[in-house]
Amino acid sequence: MSRPTLSCVLVAAVAFGAPSTLSPAKGARIDATADALLAAVYEEIVRGHLDAALQNIEGLIRVRPNFRLAHLIKGDLLLARGRPINTIGAAPNVPEAHMEGLRAEAFTRLRAYRERPPTDRVPRYLLQLREDQKYAVVVDTRRSRLYLYQNEGGKPRFVADYYVSSGKNGPLKVREGDEKTPIGVYHVTESLPREKLSDFYGSGAFPINYPNEWDRIQGRKGHGIWLHGTPSNTYSRPPRSSNGCVVLANSDLDVLARNLQIGVTPVVISEDVEWLSTEDWASERTSFGKQLEQWRADWESLDTERYLTHYSKNFSAPNQDLDSWSRHKRLVNGAKSWIKVKMSNLSMFRDPGKDGLVLVTFDQEYRSNNLSNTVTKRQYWLHEDGRWRIVYEGTV
Amino acid sequence: MNFMARSSTRLAVPLFALAISALPVRADELQDIDRLLKQGRAAQALERVNQYLSQKPKDAKGRFIKGLILVEQNKVPEATEVFTALSRDYPELPEPYNNLAVLYAAQGQYEKARQQLEMSIRTHPSYATAYENLGDVYTKLASQAYDRALQFDSSNSAAKNKLSLIRDLISSDGPTRSSAAASGTSTAPPPSAARTAPAKSAETKLAAGQAKSVATKPAEKPARAQGGSGEEVLQAVLDWASAWSSQKVDSYLAFYAQDFKTPKGEERSQWEAARRQRIAGPKKIDVVIESPKVVLKGENDAVINFRQVYRSDSLKVNSNKTLIMVRREGRWVIQQERTGA
Repeated sequence: MSRPTLSCVLVAAVAFGAPSTLSPAKGARIDATADALLAAVYEEIVRGHLDAALQNIEGLIRVRPNFRLAHLIKGDLLLARGRPINTIGAAPNVPEAHMEGLRAEAFTRLRAYRERPPTDRVPRYLLQLREDQKYAVVVDTRRSRLYLYQNEGGKPRFVADYYVSSGKNGPLKVREGDEKTPIGVYHVTESLPREKLSDFYGSGAFPINYPNEWDRIQGRKGHGIWLHGTPSNTYSRPPRSSNGCVVLANSDLDVLARNLQIGVTPVVISEDVEWLSTEDWASERTSFGKQLEQWRADWESLDTERYLTHYSKNFSAPNQDLDSWSRHKRLVNGAKSWIKVKMSNLSMFRDPGKDGLVLVTFDQEYRSNNLSNTVTKRQYWLHEDGRWRIVYEGTV
Repeated sequence: MNFMARSSTRLAVPLFALAISALPVRADELQDIDRLLKQGRAAQALERVNQYLSQKPKDAKGRFIKGLILVEQNKVPEATEVFTALSRDYPELPEPYNNLAVLYAAQGQYEKARQQLEMSIRTHPSYATAYENLGDVYTKLASQAYDRALQFDSSNSAAKNKLSLIRDLISSDGPTRSSAAASGTSTAPPPSAARTAPAKSAETKLAAGQAKSVATKPAEKPARAQGGSGEEVLQAVLDWASAWSSQKVDSYLAFYAQDFKTPKGEERSQWEAARRQRIAGPKKIDVVIESPKVVLKGENDAVINFRQVYRSDSLKVNSNKTLIMVRREGRWVIQQERTGA
């Protein structure tokens, strides 16, 4: 009598996870991750094989003894032998607040596992990876998931995904202490080994460059946003539990760490990752690339007014606004007989925030009749009034 | 913890009545000892039962009562030892498992308690006391699991430890325990007879594997305790014995691995020819597996020990057998066969 009840709940849970624009990953990989094992347990439960489910969960606990959620489900499976239970986390006399986090983790993990991105799709944000950026990290705060992509000739290829926890108060950090996770395009800036950290950060930490240029322009404050591990007393933390950091299981962080390049690997944090078909992704890349090329050509043309049409009225550069920038450019260009601009090592990322931004970084080789230099440049392009305009430009 | 199921005397009376009719003198003695125990005179009871057991060291009922006396005296390790030995010697009896479970549970070893109770229930699927106890143990285990999930240091919900220690020992009865006990006319043999029961049934129950004989049925428990594959190993051996009993030589030979080590190192074909003759020859064969013990050495390796009771129209051999089993392509087969200790 208890069995159907439990099954129904979990069938509902599974169904709840199902509707999505994404279908489960094609071409099943052999997968012994905690999520795969957990999904197998759920499936046994849905089929009514509670003994098998119990055996599987005990197997999972042997591999991950600190996996609290696995203990919770084990408790449920044992309890279900004696009486009907009607939810995940049916422990009697436990305050709801204690159970909430684990229950949320259960649903989130299952849902994310079932909604894995199709391998033939690409996160919209990774428009162009630079050659030395061997991997890119994309985080989805809603799904509590971190996706790792490998750079294959500028095109991202899905490698793996991991459960993560993020800020207690959700996404879009704006203030110090708001316990939110920033949304934007970042990169890892440092590697902090376990020895330099307290147990709280687990097997290591990788700070990212929040606040980036755009965050600063927007007046977003705070600091110390890291990707980091989990304290030794638990395998994982609830989906929304950090002070804004992105938290992985230690075993996952260790695997991920092997692919992180300090100062290089991009970390794009999104509220809700958008995936594109390869065609759509390529067409967005081409269309933006054309815009960038037009900017370069217009600069070379010495037609300063046409060049300045690429800049937003809200444009800023370090210590400059559009007026001072325009005055300066008119003055400089007036003294030139020729300009050549070459761009290399280009990377382009669409910002996942609502602003409709593209972040571009490239090496700029500037030559002219009276001056030559090479810098690494970063621009933020904003889509406004139907076209792309530069809202920030600076050197890195 | 409530060790004693005092109310279970309703089971005790018919039980001992049954015992009296089977073994009058000894049973009388045990009844007296039981009475002493119930009167709270445990020391005296222990003395008497020790005396009794010095005459009859293997006697299951005597040992069982001794276990109960030790529990009453709170001598947990000694009592555990008694019930462990009993369940080893009489794997077909559900009660020692149950009582071991109660002792384990009293020490907070719920996982062990669960294993014992599950064995007890496999012995007697309708064993109400063990079910009730198992329910309590599951609750306790669930509570422990929740504590780990929620990272509570100590138990958050006290599961009621109403585990019942079985005070009565009935070796074997029908599907409904209480009715068999209440009727008092159960023909269940006393435990000491359990081992010889297959001999009597040998004439009629040829297929050892399928026969729900006293010897083979309880045999499933010790193997089960080893996990899922332990069961598979045992099932393979029962099927092997069954093929042998029904003299289906080809299916019998199919239980031997490609790399089976023939007993005297002879050629496989030579050995096979000898087996064919031996198996096809007799008018009938009966092979019964008793007290099997499976030890899993790995996912695909196992050793099984058992007492093999072989009877044909012309020959009767009891022997201790060890089979080295390997799993090949999902099927357990024999790689080595040894007779003797």
